[in-house]
Amino acid sequence: MTQIEAYRREAGKLDMQAEPMILNIGPSHPATHATLRLIAELDGETILKLTPEFGYLHRCFEKESENATWTQVIPYTDRLNYVSSLMNNVGYVMAVEKLCGVEVTERCKYIRVLICEISRIIDHMVCIGANMVDIGALTNFWYFWKPREEVYMHLIEPLTGIRLTTQYTRIGGLLWDLPDGWVEKCRDICRNVIVPAIADVNALLTKNRIFIERTMGVGSITPKEAIARGFTGPCLRAAGVPLDLRKDETYLVYDRFDFDVPIGEQGDTCDRYMVRMEEMRQSLRIIEQALDQLPGGPVNVDDPRFLLPPKQEVYDNIEALMNHFKHIMEGVQVPAGEVYSATEAANGELGYYIVSKGGGGPYKIKVRPPCFPLFQGMPHLCEGGMLADLIAVLGSVNIIAGELDR
Amino acid sequence: MAEEKKSAVLVKLAGKFGDDIVATHSDFGDDTAQVRRERIVEICTFLRDDPGLRFDLAMDCTGVDYLGEEPRFEVVYHLYSIAKKHRVRIKARVPEEDPVIDSVIPVWAGMDWFEREAYDMYGIVFRNHPNLKRILMYEEFEGHPLRKDYPKARRQPTVGPKE
Repeated sequence: MTQIEAYRREAGKLDMQAEPMILNIGPSHPATHATLRLIAELDGETILKLTPEFGYLHRCFEKESENATWTQVIPYTDRLNYVSSLMNNVGYVMAVEKLCGVEVTERCKYIRVLICEISRIIDHMVCIGANMVDIGALTNFWYFWKPREEVYMHLIEPLTGIRLTTQYTRIGGLLWDLPDGWVEKCRDICRNVIVPAIADVNALLTKNRIFIERTMGVGSITPKEAIARGFTGPCLRAAGVPLDLRKDETYLVYDRFDFDVPIGEQGDTCDRYMVRMEEMRQSLRIIEQALDQLPGGPVNVDDPRFLLPPKQEVYDNIEALMNHFKHIMEGVQVPAGEVYSATEAANGELGYYIVSKGGGGPYKIKVRPPCFPLFQGMPHLCEGGMLADLIAVLGSVNIIAGELDR
Repeated sequence: MAEEKKSAVLVKLAGKFGDDIVATHSDFGDDTAQVRRERIVEICTFLRDDPGLRFDLAMDCTGVDYLGEEPRFEVVYHLYSIAKKHRVRIKARVPEEDPVIDSVIPVWAGMDWFEREAYDMYGIVFRNHPNLKRILMYEEFEGHPLRKDYPKARRQPTVGPKE
């Protein structure tokens, strides 16, 4: 019996004097947006106890990685947070590069920042859009779906050739450079598609009384509790803790940009929405500055240990052919050791713990998915609240089953 | 790397716990301390509460299977301090025949599921864990899939949802 239930029983306050009802939500339920299962013990419409359960999308990422080469792991990382897969690619290769001691080129760093920030924007758009659908505001979903589609069609597809499973980064660089006209297109989409979309949704929601009453004070958490439970990212910042690895442990070239870290006060659903909205605007600022500063030069390090030789050379001379063969069959040779590398992904700290015993493949890879502690905190956010609020909270913490289950 | 200048965190930790810190290194810039498993909760409480360290955010906990080494398993914690903006990695070895370590949930409530996952994947038992059961795999699953001696190709029948 939970504390709430005990208290209510004692005070004769149970709405229904019978036993609490158990309601199963998921694993395949429209409002979970993924294969999550929540078991709620209900007294009337009040949640007495909530038990999250998951693992339905477990794909053995870590076991498969232990049997792959370093480069072959990159496609697996796409499937972690499939809403912003470019960020997973960047996080993974940065961890391997830390182990190898490789410093990527300036242009590569800028392009990585650009793709990360674009991914952050579309990730937040999906989160807010889907969250709003769940609580009955369908229009916002379409207002955010159109710019997301434009980003996929005109930026990510021309860049990587693929929509979701991008696998764009490589150890020591990128798959290839930006295509012609990408920079102009990126600027155009940011200014003429994303900015108006954010303004539209902002106008519809931020001062909307129905929205505010529906979300304010719903699923709130104190900073102390949020830290103890391992929250990171927008959910921690909504609780008022200004932790952002882009500022606090600056990586790539984030220290060269002028941007702010928004924080909330209550840590409730409304604050999480507000923080995400502001983060999108800040990401746009970073993109504008990165496009202005984007340097020329190569995107890959000039080091045959890490990158495949040009295809024409593979056909023309034996050294390049052997190098190519070694890369594909044995993988990039990485020294022995262990590293933990963290980046600020859309949902919080995305950490990779990598153990290498030397050679072409990892000994162990552990992903620290930002959703994992967030989903763990769901009972804390929801117990004592109403069942209908559970849906609003679940959408606002943005659980992505792909990285939750791995 | 013995002559390398030690980081303040590791110096402080070694000063407080002495022989319970088995080994330290700062390879690749990550401060790492290997500790005796018997004192993991004390060490973690110190790391959280010491005003100079303040590791208030526990990021990750996982196991590693060093098959063929003795002791075989290693439990790895990654900690971060919001106030001090520094990180540390704490490791503790546990032997195969007695893969037990104390749970650090009293120190960081958020370690609950991470420990369940390490139990699920490696069979490491976290003593005093309130709800130590499988998390990613289903209850009826046999063995621990991330152990190095669990064959990758082994298949087990999937079963229906639990009651």
